[in-house]
Amino acid sequence: MSTSLAAHPNIPTPDAFYAELIELHRGLSDEQSRLVNAKLILLLANQVGDLGVLRAAMAAARAGVA
Amino acid sequence: MLAPAITREADSVGTPTRVTFPYRPPGRSADGKRCPVLVVGAGPVGLTVALDLARRGVDVTLIDEKDTVSVGSRAICWAKRTLEIWDRLGVAAPMVAKGVTWNRGRVFLRDGPLYSFDLQSEGGEKFPAFINLQQYYVEQLLAEAAMAMPGLDVRWKHGLAAIEPHADGVRATIATPDGEYVLDCAWLVAADGVRSAVRRAIGLDFQGQVFEDRFLIADVRMKASFPTERWFWFDPPFHPGQSTLLHRQADDVWRIDFQLGRDADPEREKEPSRVLARVKAMLGPQAEVSLEWASVYTFQCRRLARFREGRVIFAGDSAHVVSPFGARGGNGGIQDADNLAWKLAAVLQGAAPPSLLDSYDAERVQAADENILNSTRSTDFLTPKSAASRAFRDAALALAQDHPFARALVNSGRLSLPATHDASPLNTPDAADQNFAAAMRPGSPAANAPLFDGNRSLWLLDRLGKDGFTVLRFAATSDEHRADVAPMEKLQGVSCVTVGLNGATGMLRDAEGLAARRYDAGPGTTYLIRPDQHVAARWRRPDLDAIRAALARAQGRAA
Repeated sequence: MSTSLAAHPNIPTPDAFYAELIELHRGLSDEQSRLVNAKLILLLANQVGDLGVLRAAMAAARAGVA
Repeated sequence: MLAPAITREADSVGTPTRVTFPYRPPGRSADGKRCPVLVVGAGPVGLTVALDLARRGVDVTLIDEKDTVSVGSRAICWAKRTLEIWDRLGVAAPMVAKGVTWNRGRVFLRDGPLYSFDLQSEGGEKFPAFINLQQYYVEQLLAEAAMAMPGLDVRWKHGLAAIEPHADGVRATIATPDGEYVLDCAWLVAADGVRSAVRRAIGLDFQGQVFEDRFLIADVRMKASFPTERWFWFDPPFHPGQSTLLHRQADDVWRIDFQLGRDADPEREKEPSRVLARVKAMLGPQAEVSLEWASVYTFQCRRLARFREGRVIFAGDSAHVVSPFGARGGNGGIQDADNLAWKLAAVLQGAAPPSLLDSYDAERVQAADENILNSTRSTDFLTPKSAASRAFRDAALALAQDHPFARALVNSGRLSLPATHDASPLNTPDAADQNFAAAMRPGSPAANAPLFDGNRSLWLLDRLGKDGFTVLRFAATSDEHRADVAPMEKLQGVSCVTVGLNGATGMLRDAEGLAARRYDAGPGTTYLIRPDQHVAARWRRPDLDAIRAALARAQGRAA
């Protein structure tokens, strides 16, 4: 089981992806945006599936924050 | 009156550098004679298109309402492709000599470095990724070349007063200090900038996005030890909560661009004492700094619906405007000039039908959209419009130091690259069985490479496009070269250049193999290159009929 995160850029068109991600939130209240983001994380987590990778991602996300 | 597209809200003037050019009153000869091309506006784009047309044998009249170079904080970053275009016109060397060369950028977050990037890591290029040179120097060097150019009549203090478009030309009324006169031209090129008088006269408006954030752009004179790199800060200690961009220019002048936010007061922010206080917060209280120019701006990313209206053709800022992050305004305009000049010359000289100019609209609208998309995304990243957008921006920045993938999401400007005209009607697509790499596909700007002619070193681009179309061939032996070249030389208006593979001599020698690699070339590989050094077509084996057909297509003569 792999527990390492992909460090290299893995998204072929990062700017287009980022623009779509921001567009996803257009017109939403802050509360709605939080809900959309939480749903997105759960969807992507299920897609990843590997609990080791998910734990590494959670640790990397938490790093440097409180 | 239309709203100017990049809105300069307030200026603070130091001691601008100005040269003046000689005004000549309109002579008797100015009346009644029809000129093939009238270019309106002697900025970088107007001067470039006029020079290119004159070099291609077209008589050009270039008018400008002033007799000086521009003042203030204008374009400074000139990209490799722009330098290649100016080199074709013989004006790149003094630009590079006077400008500041750079290839590397650094991004900082708060008080520490985040990452750096090199825009030219491969080498084997005649020109750097960028030079920084104040627009007034660029205009001065171009204007000096233009005034010395046979066939190019530069008229300072001749401003456009009115135009009257006709089916076969344009009648321009031109105002001078000695009164007005009428000039008829077959084609009018509007290179008169963001506030284009031509655009206003025809009643056209821009479409696109307007940004509310204000930016302070300060040009300051100082002795500083920063390297010649593009430095960008997110949320620096000296300017918390905003971004800052630093560029070195010629003569120890530095461009500093402070993001101010939406609520900043432009009148207050342009006050010299306030600007200098911001600069000293950045550089330390001992810094010896004088202010050359400061302006407060807002930005827009917009364009005209189409760049050609009958016999009037728009180029540069008169046709499209972008935010400055990425240096896509000035460089996009120079590529407009490069794209337009050979087409207009071909139409005027009878080598192509007027419909060839429709491809100028198709190709440069595509390029403008690419520039607008990139500039819009950069501006969106720098000025998040919602809490969610700000959260993603902060998350990308927070991850970027430790996670290289996140650096690709951080957007402090996507720096100008020439457009590849993939969908151009002038392209002959690759045949399916040719197995070419994507890099130099039809529509691409031709890559450069170092070569030798005998013992003399030269660059591939030195040989492409100067006198029209070029057939660029790769051969393994000089026998193969001689056998293939004979029929090619029968093609009218086409010059032939052969590069030897694997160090083969008797033709241009590709000592480092870079030309072969960049063009994915084997023995017999043949490219048809347009006069603006873009690829029109390519083949694995030369075929005269195919070259003739591709040439007709690239000149707009396809059935």
